[in-house]
Amino acid sequence: MSSRDTILKNITANKPELVELPAIDLNTVIQYNDLVQQYKTVLQSIGGGTVELQDLSSLKQELESRKAKGDFVVNRIAALGEVSDSLASLTADELAAVDTAYIQGNVAVAENGAIWLYESNMGNRLLPFICQHLVIVIERKSIVPTMHHAYQQIESAKEGFGVFLAGPSKTADIEQSLVIGAHGARSLIVYMIG
Amino acid sequence: MSHTSTLKHAEAAAQFINDEPRTNWHDETLWFVRQKRDKAAHGLPEWEQLREWASQIKNHTLSNLDNYLLEFERNAKANGVTVHWAMDGADHNRIIYDIIQKNNIQKIVKSKSMLTEECGLNEFLHTKGIETVDTDLGERIVQFRNEPPSHIVLPAIHLKKQDVSDTFHEHLNTEKGNNDPQYLTEAARQHLREKFIESELAITGVNFAVAETGGFVVCTNEGNADMGAHAAKIHIACMGFEKMIPKAEHLSVFLRLLARSATGQPITTYSSHFHKPREGQEMHIVIVDNGRSRQLGRADFRNSLKCIRCAACFNTCPVYRRSGGHSYHTAVAGPIGSILNPNIDMRANADLPFASTLCGSCSNVCPVKIDIHDQLWKWRQVLVAEGYVDTTKKVGLKGMAFLLARPRLYRFAGKMGRGVMRLFPWLVNNKLNPWYKQREMPAPPKQSFRDWYLQNKK
Repeated sequence: MSSRDTILKNITANKPELVELPAIDLNTVIQYNDLVQQYKTVLQSIGGGTVELQDLSSLKQELESRKAKGDFVVNRIAALGEVSDSLASLTADELAAVDTAYIQGNVAVAENGAIWLYESNMGNRLLPFICQHLVIVIERKSIVPTMHHAYQQIESAKEGFGVFLAGPSKTADIEQSLVIGAHGARSLIVYMIG
Repeated sequence: MSHTSTLKHAEAAAQFINDEPRTNWHDETLWFVRQKRDKAAHGLPEWEQLREWASQIKNHTLSNLDNYLLEFERNAKANGVTVHWAMDGADHNRIIYDIIQKNNIQKIVKSKSMLTEECGLNEFLHTKGIETVDTDLGERIVQFRNEPPSHIVLPAIHLKKQDVSDTFHEHLNTEKGNNDPQYLTEAARQHLREKFIESELAITGVNFAVAETGGFVVCTNEGNADMGAHAAKIHIACMGFEKMIPKAEHLSVFLRLLARSATGQPITTYSSHFHKPREGQEMHIVIVDNGRSRQLGRADFRNSLKCIRCAACFNTCPVYRRSGGHSYHTAVAGPIGSILNPNIDMRANADLPFASTLCGSCSNVCPVKIDIHDQLWKWRQVLVAEGYVDTTKKVGLKGMAFLLARPRLYRFAGKMGRGVMRLFPWLVNNKLNPWYKQREMPAPPKQSFRDWYLQNKK
């Protein structure tokens, strides 16, 4: 018998009697009066920054001036101008030189600061991790209270990869001292539009 | 790990506490993490409800595990992922070695996976002449030092920054005596970025596997699992079969609990959902049993398989905090390790269920409501019945049982004991009495509680 069949046979023989799944009642979970304020507070507490904007014009200008200056910036947001869409063919070595990546976020979570990104927003799975600095743009109205609400909004298996990203990369592995910028992005700024 | 070459918990703990300031620091550091957990938990009015949901979801999953594994396998295969099954650690290591051989791989990066520690993957590959680079900062530190991790979430929590500085000076040529965590982390970042970029194979663990989608979720703060998995041409994810959950929506419950319980963060920086290999990439999942199906059959111990590896039970445990992770001589230390490891090897790990005061704090903080302290107590009984306990402990316990079952004799012995301690204190205040170690014996009371009660009851 294969390992697979032996393992499954042993599980079938040893599993307990079937018990039901619980019903998850969202009326019992935390509510926030001001989702935007809650989101900002949490993201700042985990090392991220927030900027509130009416529209994208000033961000678009910033991006253009950085490009003009010769900074290696990668834009994945159509509303900000030309989109880098040949990222899939770039090697890790090439992507490691990216200074700042601009990526659209789909859903943001007020309770923990996380933002859901689909693979198609990234252009290359490595981009939001390997870039030195990360900028994510979200719509104010895309902020939901908790992870339960977030999973109702997204389809986590729609694409090959997706991530809830909350703040810049960090570690406290040396004597519990918090250091921002472990392996991933050294900073995260979230622009909230609307 | 063999029975004879490994120090038992009490002996290893005795060595650990020789350095009193460091023991106190270890104790306080972990208690600080426990307090951060409390603050995060108290921030959610539904915390207890969340624990209950998590517990019930896991109970349900275990009761239908064979079907969920089949559903997961079917969906993962449809996503283009190769699924392997491993009976034990040796099987797991061989599967990975075969993939390495077949693809002629030289450069391997690995993110944190307690399962690969449990299976001894790095050591196995080393005997085949293959080196694996651990990429979690804490794991890289202990790997340089040829030590195992001492904590499943904070692998280098037993080390101070000057230890890390010395280690990095030796291996990464950092400035001698520079103990700044920022500087040391930056050195590791540069060193490991090179490793990520040149890697051909990335090995990761799995936090949750979703039957409904065939996907799996990996949680890190550093981003090392993603740096490896998205850069390498092959990704192997290794999981114990108990990582299964039924649906994607259940991830919400577990992701809300995991980081809050572990470090007091509202969520880890990255909660990555892997479903399909990227174009041109190979993705493998290795599903491991290694004694888990046996544990599933032990009614008293099966719910230890609900564990999500947050380590809240470590941080709260008065014994773990004052004995250090290495004293548990197993991949998973702490209270949860003490109920998992006797199942893997009863003889080698018979000491672990005794490394507890049975205070119950572990069960109180457990996000999936495992009755850890009850199971510790139940394992003690199994181990004594199976003959895995030292003769001295067995004789002592038998003597105690004999005495406690005979009230008259017990009262007489108590009286004698009080008399002896009063008249001949040196008989108990000496090194032959283990209770005298690191503490003064209490002054003997004049009378027993029973005598006092009989005198005073009205």
